[in-house]
Amino acid sequence: MNNLIGKNLTAGYGGVDIIKDINLEVNEGEIVVIVGPNGAGKSTAMKALLGMLSLTSGSVEYSNKEISSMLPQNRINLGLAFVPQTNNVFTGMTVEENLEMGGFLREDDIIHTINDVYDLFPILKEKRNQSAGELSGGQRQQVAFGRALMTKPKILMLDEPTAGVSPIVMDELFSRIIEVRKTGVGILMVEQNAKQALGIADRGYVLVNGKNSREGSGEELLNNPEVRKSFLGG
Amino acid sequence: MIDFLNSIIVLLNFIIIPGISYGSQLALGALGVTFVYAILRFANFAHGEIMSFGAMITILFTWFFQSQNIGLGILPTALLALPIGIIATIILCIISDKFVFQYYRYQKSVPVVLAMVSIGVMFVINAIIRIIIGTETIKFSDGQKFIMKAKQFKVMTGLNEGLALKSSQVITILITILLLTFTFWFLQKTKTGKSMRAFSDNEDLALLSGINPDRVVFITWVIVGVLACVAGTLYGLDKSYKPIIYLNLVLPIFASAIVGGIGSPFGAVVGGYVIAFSEIMVTYAYKKFFVYILPSSLEPSGLVQLLSTDYKFAVSFSILVIVLLIRPSGIFKGRVL
Repeated sequence: MNNLIGKNLTAGYGGVDIIKDINLEVNEGEIVVIVGPNGAGKSTAMKALLGMLSLTSGSVEYSNKEISSMLPQNRINLGLAFVPQTNNVFTGMTVEENLEMGGFLREDDIIHTINDVYDLFPILKEKRNQSAGELSGGQRQQVAFGRALMTKPKILMLDEPTAGVSPIVMDELFSRIIEVRKTGVGILMVEQNAKQALGIADRGYVLVNGKNSREGSGEELLNNPEVRKSFLGG
Repeated sequence: MIDFLNSIIVLLNFIIIPGISYGSQLALGALGVTFVYAILRFANFAHGEIMSFGAMITILFTWFFQSQNIGLGILPTALLALPIGIIATIILCIISDKFVFQYYRYQKSVPVVLAMVSIGVMFVINAIIRIIIGTETIKFSDGQKFIMKAKQFKVMTGLNEGLALKSSQVITILITILLLTFTFWFLQKTKTGKSMRAFSDNEDLALLSGINPDRVVFITWVIVGVLACVAGTLYGLDKSYKPIIYLNLVLPIFASAIVGGIGSPFGAVVGGYVIAFSEIMVTYAYKKFFVYILPSSLEPSGLVQLLSTDYKFAVSFSILVIVLLIRPSGIFKGRVL
């Protein structure tokens, strides 16, 4: 089974460590959510897992293989995928071209994967020849999501997939995320909408001030009075 | 009616045909500038010299072929030497990238630093060219000079005005059509072309998709080399080759790229023709045209020329300034391929 494990991660920008000694794990076929207050280092932790910033200490393992010094591009090749929070589509290219670029590294025929993405997001099939920059926020997120799925990843990392979309679109995106999990993909996501995200999560991590504060199943965290009080709005 | 036809021929002969052929040369030049800007994110002021270098190599091999009595019959020998010029220009581009631009790219220097660096590259190439081929005007077109001479046309049609069609003009237009078609096909239809557009659109996301930046940069220089060498050679073939002219050409080329929207390939092509036609139309003496089209009582006494041809470059400079003031993003909102 494929899994991605971050052990004792310490990392940050410009010499200042934002995350300190964090442990994270995501396995194939599960949804793991990282929640926490603003500035807790949620996105930073995810970027550290992908190698977009260098670690001060700690290590990243993928399927029992140490990948801490690997370039992000090479980790993509291994089976990781990442959807950034912003600027996550090629605005000047059509929806279909966005998907093709997602599958850039694939040597085999990607048309089946494109069709799988269209099955998952039917609206994208309709808009396949429209440029991604002209789409609504929710549709753009779907393109970004679909682009990341083109490599047939084993572990998919989503940085706030529902940022700036309406509650209806959010529910829609979450149900798609559940569908993707059914195909065996492990999903690690950072979410502002913690309540809804923990509702669909198998497990969750609470980060506070760059440190692991709590972890448990989605339900446990949802029902934990302290977690509720601190940032689930009571 | 005859007068009207004559006036049309005057326009065709002195404005439209020269405009299309000069416009094509600018379009190819501007397209090269736009490629560097869209992918490498800096204004490459060395582009004029790269064109000049390509033309120079082509001329050297044209001379070689002429000395060996190898030719293309009615076509200029330069066409035979052009592929060698192209390869040399590509090598020049890649060498200047490896030894100069790459360093600043890895340092993540700001675009203005790279633009200044390109001025340095410009001076170096400029000096190399002067050492090798000198500063004199060189005419290197051979083969059949005209497809149709003015006299032939007059005899053929019985009109007062002649229409001359130089082979270099026709060759320019044909090669431009061919090269533009190929470039746009490449960008829109091939995987590599799309990856270049993706890289230009969103560099971070391109990296996340596994697009190799070094490969994109390499292919960009190959395309820039081809475009620059062809543009430079066609310009030299059509007018004549003189190193200083290529230094001056940088202005209309940048004006073309910016007017069309720098970074937009389609914009660069349109900009090329806009600048070429503006230069020619503003500096052409319309007296002859009005003599045909107006009744004799209204015949103009002067040359009816807005500006002397010496002000050619002032025209492209003015257009450049106006566009930058009114619509800095250019006609087609450039930035990405």
